[in-house]
Amino acid sequence: MTTFQLTHLEELEAEAIAIIREVVAQFEKPVMLFSIGKDSIAMLRLAEKAFAPGKLPFPLLHVNTTFKFQEMIRFRDEFVQSRGHQLIEWINQDGVKAGVTPFNAGTQRYTHVMKTEALKQALSHYGFDAAFGGARRDEEKSRAKERVFSFRDRFHQWDPKNQRPELWSLYNGQVAKGESIRVFPLSNWTELDVWLYIYREQIPVIPLYFAKRRPVLDRNGTWIMRDDERMPLEPGEQPQMRSVRFRTLGCYPLTGAVESQATNLREVLEEMLRSRTSERQGRVIDYDEAGSMEQKKKEGYF
Amino acid sequence: MLHTEELDRIGIDGWLESYQRKELLRILTCGSVDDGKSTLIGRLLHDSAGVFEDQLKALKKDTTRYGTTGEEIDFALLMDGLQAEREQGITIDVAYRYFSTPRRKFIVADTPGHEQYTRNMATGASTADLSIILIDARKGVLAQTRRHAFICSLLGIKHVVIAVNKMDLVEYSQATFEQIRRDCAEFLARLSIPDVHFIPMSARRGENVVGRSTTMPWYQGAPLLDYLETVHIAGDRNSIDLRLPVQLVLRPNLDFRGFAGTLASGVLRRGDEIVALPSGRHAFVKQVFVSGAEREEAGPGMAVTITLDREIDISRGDLIARPNNAPPLEHAVEAMVVWMSEDALAAGRSYLIKQSTLMAPVAVTDLRYRMNVNTLKSEEAAQLSLNEIGRIRLECAKPLSADPYARNRHTGAFILIDRMSNATVGAGMILDRTPAEQAIDRERRSRDAGTNLTPHSGTVSPEQRAARIGQRPFTLWLTGLPRSGKSSLAHALEHALFERGVQSVVLDGESLRKGLSSDLGFSARDRVEHVRRAGELAKLLNDHGQVVIAAFVSPTAEQRERARASIGAERFLEIFCDAPLATCESRDTTGFYARARKGEIANVTGVDTPYEPPRAPTLRLDTAATSIEANIARLLELLSARMLLR
Repeated sequence: MTTFQLTHLEELEAEAIAIIREVVAQFEKPVMLFSIGKDSIAMLRLAEKAFAPGKLPFPLLHVNTTFKFQEMIRFRDEFVQSRGHQLIEWINQDGVKAGVTPFNAGTQRYTHVMKTEALKQALSHYGFDAAFGGARRDEEKSRAKERVFSFRDRFHQWDPKNQRPELWSLYNGQVAKGESIRVFPLSNWTELDVWLYIYREQIPVIPLYFAKRRPVLDRNGTWIMRDDERMPLEPGEQPQMRSVRFRTLGCYPLTGAVESQATNLREVLEEMLRSRTSERQGRVIDYDEAGSMEQKKKEGYF
Repeated sequence: MLHTEELDRIGIDGWLESYQRKELLRILTCGSVDDGKSTLIGRLLHDSAGVFEDQLKALKKDTTRYGTTGEEIDFALLMDGLQAEREQGITIDVAYRYFSTPRRKFIVADTPGHEQYTRNMATGASTADLSIILIDARKGVLAQTRRHAFICSLLGIKHVVIAVNKMDLVEYSQATFEQIRRDCAEFLARLSIPDVHFIPMSARRGENVVGRSTTMPWYQGAPLLDYLETVHIAGDRNSIDLRLPVQLVLRPNLDFRGFAGTLASGVLRRGDEIVALPSGRHAFVKQVFVSGAEREEAGPGMAVTITLDREIDISRGDLIARPNNAPPLEHAVEAMVVWMSEDALAAGRSYLIKQSTLMAPVAVTDLRYRMNVNTLKSEEAAQLSLNEIGRIRLECAKPLSADPYARNRHTGAFILIDRMSNATVGAGMILDRTPAEQAIDRERRSRDAGTNLTPHSGTVSPEQRAARIGQRPFTLWLTGLPRSGKSSLAHALEHALFERGVQSVVLDGESLRKGLSSDLGFSARDRVEHVRRAGELAKLLNDHGQVVIAAFVSPTAEQRERARASIGAERFLEIFCDAPLATCESRDTTGFYARARKGEIANVTGVDTPYEPPRAPTLRLDTAATSIEANIARLLELLSARMLLR
């Protein structure tokens, strides 16, 4: 007799597919955030499976801060085109005009303008009523409490004290006009699960995740890759060539690299299993204060 | 670190191989901060290497700032997520944590133990395979222990670990542990949790959590983590009753029409015969896709898309089952509900229900009782407040495929949504109906689409007709003594409904006896047959979308039950026109009663045959003292509350 006990990856996969389908059934105009990172890539694969053999019934949205790794943009365009998806790119032109960069505005203000505000602009501009994000509950403490269907008021704000109870797999997507939800199909996945899924599914990922000799600067004990000339050097500072890779990807001036020799997925997985630090360590944005993520999320950050 | 040890042993390829076979176990932890619950989870995460070094560093920083443990790391802070809550020193919501061992991956839902947070616990329990109930060994069994066990049982958790914590503070006393075990046995006997385990431990010292304790040699059982890794859960899945709630219809092109959803239970194979509910249409499965790839078969929990060998009408909210194993379709269900809103629940309120993929308006028609979760006794209540649990009866505008929750955790569950605020206000579990209720409905159930009857292909279903006409058919069955005012009320109501755009038909003795029942006299047998015909006619009219107002003396409960069974309980509203015999007699201008009194005519209800008043009518109207207008108003109010008027 066949047994139908699912493995944990199969169960997570089924759960994510059900969530994605539920959004399409309940909402008029969903969009999927596509940040080009591993979580986005895994989430996109799940969406493809959810609607196979058909195409995705929603577009992808990339909020471009203009400081993404150049390689990310190239990979994004090739990947999306090869899969036949529709991609919307959004840049906060007000921020560009005001000349906001991570170097002159400070990370908090830069992130607020080029990420949070940009995202809200894009969602309002297109009138999306549901937005998928690849965030996971294991990433950060305030995320651990967020719902799969996370309600946002018409100002895109999250109220952590007033979340809808979420039972079984009965997701309540009822919203009034102008309100929306953020949806997290990977809520119950861990970093390891995502990598294992990518490994199992043999999904191509951006090579920045694999070790290579790259020009990096030591900034407060964090290896930052100088991806272009816009990043000012300190007096006498010279980029060094180091074999590094990235555990998360974002804006290059805010993303720390780790020294590594892992040049393929198998090696990355082994390195991760032996690792003693979490992936968020490489993110400058969380450093400030416990609760900084919660504050950003209340304001509309993903 | 467990992963490292295993990697050294079997290498990365071996590890990847074994990881692919890991199972998932969802755990709920219940208990208050004082019981050391957060410490226990923090300990599990830490000792099984679920905590990274940078998180540990942040934790040390937090301990100095918010901690309650002095020098030692306060593992509780790992679990308390939001900043404001951390400052208050409590968790006030559901937080999820993740860790894995070489055998399993675990999802831990942590919910607070404070009395006002029943709703959070129910939320965490709804998806859990197993729950850990913490007891402080110094305090023993408290009211909250019973409450936690009750909610676990209510939400259908099959495995419970009673973790008797802080054993270090009671000198690792076996007697204390045994006493707690005996105290638990008393209330566990009244619940339905098939598998209960007791483990003595000290979370703070890590004893019997991951590693075995040396301080309690009298305990022969496994430490907690061993148990979590090995508890058998595969058997908890229902692989017998095929239930596929249709989530989406996928039509990427003209040649493909797929029905997508997650298999709530049962097994589905290519070539299987299925029935779609509520339409009752049959078809055979042509293709089965699991997570996007074509397969021969699919089992419980899988996200599937299927295609069928013929075009039948199926849409979101429908259910695919087997022709010989389909759930009953009910417009009314009995359920336990956990109330989650500041606005209390009371009979007469209406909400939206979400059950599987179905969303429809419902009315709460009755609040049967409130459950006192501390004493586990039911008590009368006019309303259910936040965090209270009670039994209700619901009437739904659409038929619900009503599997009891005890049999099917996925199709038997529902949430209630407030129609104004859109908030999720209640969580419900459908109950198995009592045998008596089933007996009354048995006849009708056998006719229900899908259970064992195939409608002729090409017929238009009652639902389709009702939808076309744009009204929900029902029968108002007015019963009462002769001259109690049934017919006058019926005609006045017909007029009132007509003004509201509802088409209705009045059936009464006069209209039937002239034609359909013209062959019948007034013998006891003929009267029964007369009422039977009225019931059948009302059924046909309802099936064709018409609202029926039936005014018949129908003096016995048995006659009215037959009419109810024939028309369908969900469409049958019994209205008792209550007027004393003397009033009826005084109203009689035809000399009908007078002739009966003289013995000129026989079988007159109230005079020489008894009238059995309804024991529990949908509505009792005083037709002696109250005006027709006032009674019409009450009837319209009833119809609005049941959402029978648009």
